[in-house]
Amino acid sequence: MTQAPSSGLADPVASAVRSRFRHRYPPLVLASAALIAAVLIVSLAAELLAPYHYTTQDLANRLRPPAFLGGPALYWLGTDELGRDIVSRLIYATRFSVVIAILGTAIGAAIGTLLGFIAAHFRGFVEEAIMMLVDAQASLPFLLLALAVLAFFGNNLTLFILILGINGWENYARLTRGMVLSANTQGYAVAVRALGASPFMIYSRHILPNIASVLIVQFTLNFPQTILLETSMSFLGFGIQPPLTSLGQMLGAGRAHLLSAWWIAVLPGTVIFLTTLSISIVGDWLRDRFDPTLRNR
Amino acid sequence: MNARFVAIKIGRALVTMWLVTTFAFLILRLSGDPIEILLGDQAEPEVIDHYRALYGLDRPLHEQYFKYFAGIAGGDFGFSLVDQRPVLTVIAEAVPATLQLGLTALLVSVAIGIPLGIVAALNRNKPIDRFVMIFAVFGFSIPNFFLGILLILLFSLWLRVLPSSGMGTLWHLVMPAITLGTAASGSLARFTRSSMLDVLNKLYMRTAAAKGVPRLRRIQWHALPNAAIPVVTVLGFRLGDLVAGSIVTETVFAWPGVGRLLVTSVSGRDLAMVQGILLMTAFTMVIANLLVDLAYGWIDPRIRASTAQG
Repeated sequence: MTQAPSSGLADPVASAVRSRFRHRYPPLVLASAALIAAVLIVSLAAELLAPYHYTTQDLANRLRPPAFLGGPALYWLGTDELGRDIVSRLIYATRFSVVIAILGTAIGAAIGTLLGFIAAHFRGFVEEAIMMLVDAQASLPFLLLALAVLAFFGNNLTLFILILGINGWENYARLTRGMVLSANTQGYAVAVRALGASPFMIYSRHILPNIASVLIVQFTLNFPQTILLETSMSFLGFGIQPPLTSLGQMLGAGRAHLLSAWWIAVLPGTVIFLTTLSISIVGDWLRDRFDPTLRNR
Repeated sequence: MNARFVAIKIGRALVTMWLVTTFAFLILRLSGDPIEILLGDQAEPEVIDHYRALYGLDRPLHEQYFKYFAGIAGGDFGFSLVDQRPVLTVIAEAVPATLQLGLTALLVSVAIGIPLGIVAALNRNKPIDRFVMIFAVFGFSIPNFFLGILLILLFSLWLRVLPSSGMGTLWHLVMPAITLGTAASGSLARFTRSSMLDVLNKLYMRTAAAKGVPRLRRIQWHALPNAAIPVVTVLGFRLGDLVAGSIVTETVFAWPGVGRLLVTSVSGRDLAMVQGILLMTAFTMVIANLLVDLAYGWIDPRIRASTAQG
């Protein structure tokens, strides 16, 4: 962007560019995108950024307040009940929460998209069966199913990630099925089919790239929900187990010390809130841009 | 009402209930021997065999499935091995607390969400609209466990004006209801706004303006009833979020409802209880969705017509 002239006589072209830029990329969306980038960088570079390891204990400095509330300068966001540095734990917890949520959302997207293609390809009974599963899942609160599965099978990390993956697949299945059905009748698909391409070629090389943008938007809308599901379950004590940590698990553990050390619970909660808020804002913006029926809202 | 429409809806609801029941049966059997889970692997084989025979777990799988299905059809949801009472009795004791909280939260979300959505739509793109939309995004982005903890910190620990947990007086209800209602009010405000905007852009609204109907009357008699239809349906479908939210909210505020019962049963591995809660909640939700569907079809003839055509 061009530098704004300090005099009152603004360059009309630059000013038009600026206003157009601001219209297309509202400041709130830019700020949210910056925050998401920061969260990703923190997750990637946890080892470099964290002053301590997340399990390192300093029992002489338990439940110390953050430095700005008069705590020791050594731990600038304070320590928890085992004297572990909150900054370091937040950094690693962010990494665990983000990685697990990305894995979970990706699994759900893959399963749902695949089932959507299968439903649209085979039609008939297969389609009926898949759509019935979609309806069944959509009519039940997923947290309930997830807790039931964990109760029956016990807790382990792989199962937990799979459960997060099963959450939300129905959105992709429904979207993909509808888009593939309509794409199948469009000129390009008909033409490629007439040239003798196999169904797999048509779906993977031609239709998938065409519908990908909608699926990516759905991904950004599902991602904060996966984070919320992970943090809710970890908060309730059924997700990530110590010594591993996640934002929800930190918050849940900090609940016992609300009166003496509120920051242990409030800091991870703030990170969860700001992250999901930013992703929702960017996801909404993306949807508005990609979905022409929503323009002019 | 069209009989075919009703039959399709009821058929789908029954299939969903059957799917959930079968799912519950399968995960119970796939997860290993419930007797061993309960007694631990130190138990004598004779004791395990005795209990297995007692609960019919030594029968072939399909026989167990039919027996289980017949039991549920007859209202027998099993016996809590931890509580030593029928599952249904224990759940029934927790239902009033959950209903009290859930209905209050629903009331809170309607009382906040719908007026905000209407005001935002009528002032589209003005500061008040932006403010409402920011509130809405905040409302459904803040995790309810975090909102609950912030409320406890502020009102119970610092200001000391509200009780932090338990049930009893109306004061106990304030924070859980706000926690549970906030997320729903955010999405409701957004949905009401977009539904109102749809209606306000309709030609009949322009016609009403052209023939000189005053603005307030236009909004009250032409816009609101039409905008209400989708809002009512969404309210029905939001029930699931309310149920999921109550699991967390009841745990945060130690509210003695079904959500907290579920969490303690999962921790204590009381499988019969978990299964009972899963089935009862699923059945309630499927029936609620069915009623919303039927009510919607009854209010709006277009829905009936589109289903009847296939």
